[in-house]
Amino acid sequence: MKKTISKIKNLSNPDKQGYYGDFGGAFIPEMLYPNVEELRSNYLKIIATKKFKSDFKALLADYVGRPTPLYFSKNLSAKYGAKIFLKREDLCHTGAHKINNTVGQVLVAQHLGKKRIIAETGAGQHGVATATVCALMGLECIVYMGEKDIERQAPNVARMKMLGATVVPATSGSKTLKDATNEAIRDWINHPDDTHYIIGSVVGPHPYPDMVARFQSVISKEIKKQLKKCTGKNLPTHVIACVGGGSNAAGAFYHFINEPKVKLISVEAAGCGINSGKSAATSQLGTPGILHGSKSLLMQTADGQVVEPHSISAGLDYPGIGPMHANLYKSGRAIFMSATDEEALAAAFELSKTEGIIPALETAHALVVLKDIPFKKTDSVVICLSGRGDKDLATYMDHL
Amino acid sequence: MNKLDQLFSSRKKNILNIYCTAGYPTLESTSTVMLALQKSGADIIELGIPYSDPIADGPVIQQSNMHALQNGISIEKIFLQLNEIKDQLKVPVILMGYLNPVMQYGIEKFCEDAANAGVSGVILPDLPMYEYEHFYKALFEKFGLFVIFLISPQTSEDRIRKADKLSKGFIYAVSSSATTGKETDFPQQQAYFKKIKNMKLNNPVLIGFGIKDKTTFDMACKHASGAIIGSAYIKALENSKDIARSTASFIGDILNP
Repeated sequence: MKKTISKIKNLSNPDKQGYYGDFGGAFIPEMLYPNVEELRSNYLKIIATKKFKSDFKALLADYVGRPTPLYFSKNLSAKYGAKIFLKREDLCHTGAHKINNTVGQVLVAQHLGKKRIIAETGAGQHGVATATVCALMGLECIVYMGEKDIERQAPNVARMKMLGATVVPATSGSKTLKDATNEAIRDWINHPDDTHYIIGSVVGPHPYPDMVARFQSVISKEIKKQLKKCTGKNLPTHVIACVGGGSNAAGAFYHFINEPKVKLISVEAAGCGINSGKSAATSQLGTPGILHGSKSLLMQTADGQVVEPHSISAGLDYPGIGPMHANLYKSGRAIFMSATDEEALAAAFELSKTEGIIPALETAHALVVLKDIPFKKTDSVVICLSGRGDKDLATYMDHL
Repeated sequence: MNKLDQLFSSRKKNILNIYCTAGYPTLESTSTVMLALQKSGADIIELGIPYSDPIADGPVIQQSNMHALQNGISIEKIFLQLNEIKDQLKVPVILMGYLNPVMQYGIEKFCEDAANAGVSGVILPDLPMYEYEHFYKALFEKFGLFVIFLISPQTSEDRIRKADKLSKGFIYAVSSSATTGKETDFPQQQAYFKKIKNMKLNNPVLIGFGIKDKTTFDMACKHASGAIIGSAYIKALENSKDIARSTASFIGDILNP
């Protein structure tokens, strides 16, 4: 395994064609080519401009509320026998890390002169984060959301509407995140000139996985600095994050990916159990395939039809993972673990009662594996607390 | 000689290409539909391989894909069905599908089985020209399968040239930036069609997306070698009690009203 890792020079960014090892690329219909190509040939230039850098930095600081705290959790540390830190992305404006990316992309969209923004959303966090930046910038915003998710994430639907966005139900297929993404892609095909598609995770055709990872990388950049202050060292021994598409994990891992000493732990949603037929643990159940414009691991039938995943958390209810994560899995650089619906619920209640923090259901998955990892007392463990749990109160109340 | 080349060398005008979804409206109807299309005067049959996530398609074809998958269609069954009628099919057959099911079937096996089943060409809208050129071209050529690429009003001239270089049989010109079945504003596309015409491409051009009846077919034929009809025909099959009769009347209305 070590050999594979040392052979690969850079696991955090794709090559010119958008490949992370065997995964990535841009498998898009010709009708989307000009849009994606415009983005591909401009995104690195735009984010390197002085104006972008200063606008992005200022908005992250004053609007999003960054840096988010790195909180030393005494109670979890005592319980699990290591120094456990929580990276408080739940304290970002709108309640999750998703806004780091939407701020970045809306600035890119402005540079490209786009007037209309579309997005897909699962749990609604990305939809809210997109609606928020569109309200701020005075841009039209259309959010596609699975009909099933609209029902189970009602508060976020209300927030998007209040922010002035139009929420369009995706009624095809499983009526969840995958189908919302299909609808957003179809919208983009139908609006080739004036529209920018803000993808919410490190999925989609190149350059999206790389662009989103770069915007989320502020998470690990801050962790490095903050950890140095707390422990004297800027490298943790473990970084743990939940993975659906994988945007908070990409951000929390980014600056540690090429530091082989740091153990990267990705936690997928096992749903009712990996082999229950109701799961979203893509690394365990998936095979190489193409969905939403990139080659990655994908839950599919032998015939190549995409399988409907299941997770109690709408944000992890996705049959694929970003190509960067597929490569981290295949190369052995990241350790993939999983948590069931029940375990995630229990972990959410535990964190609420021991630390006074109500996490999002997605985030709760990351907390589950603490009990399964043999820590040393000297280990410093960072968990990306990607979002807060207000949106999941209805589910939590059913289990009180 | 590939049947597509035969067709276009004998006729360059008013080519009617009709799309149908394999396994739709019923699992066993694939051959009935195809033979009815041939009998009624379709020049090319584009047979859709159903997929769970057809991102370039509008609601009508999406629904037909879903139904066909529920009916139990698969690539394996499509080849079985085609093999049963290949001797009766004189018109060229093109398979249209998304890359993932084809990849899982195995691209080489797919090419081999398609060629054996009498298929002349393939349209894979999410197979980018770059990937095709670098990884798959040799395989398709080995089995004599023509690959047809799409262009849209947003496609640059350089890229149209590239699509022309890589395509065999014909070029699929998407009439407007849209998913299939969308109403299009034909007069607005005149400039785009003229541009393509003036480029004097090596391949004949068929226009697709938004072609639904005699008026739109005739309009498309003014600018290109012919046109492709999909959603409108699927709609005609939706409530059909007699596939042969519905097909005859659908095509009759377009060719000899």
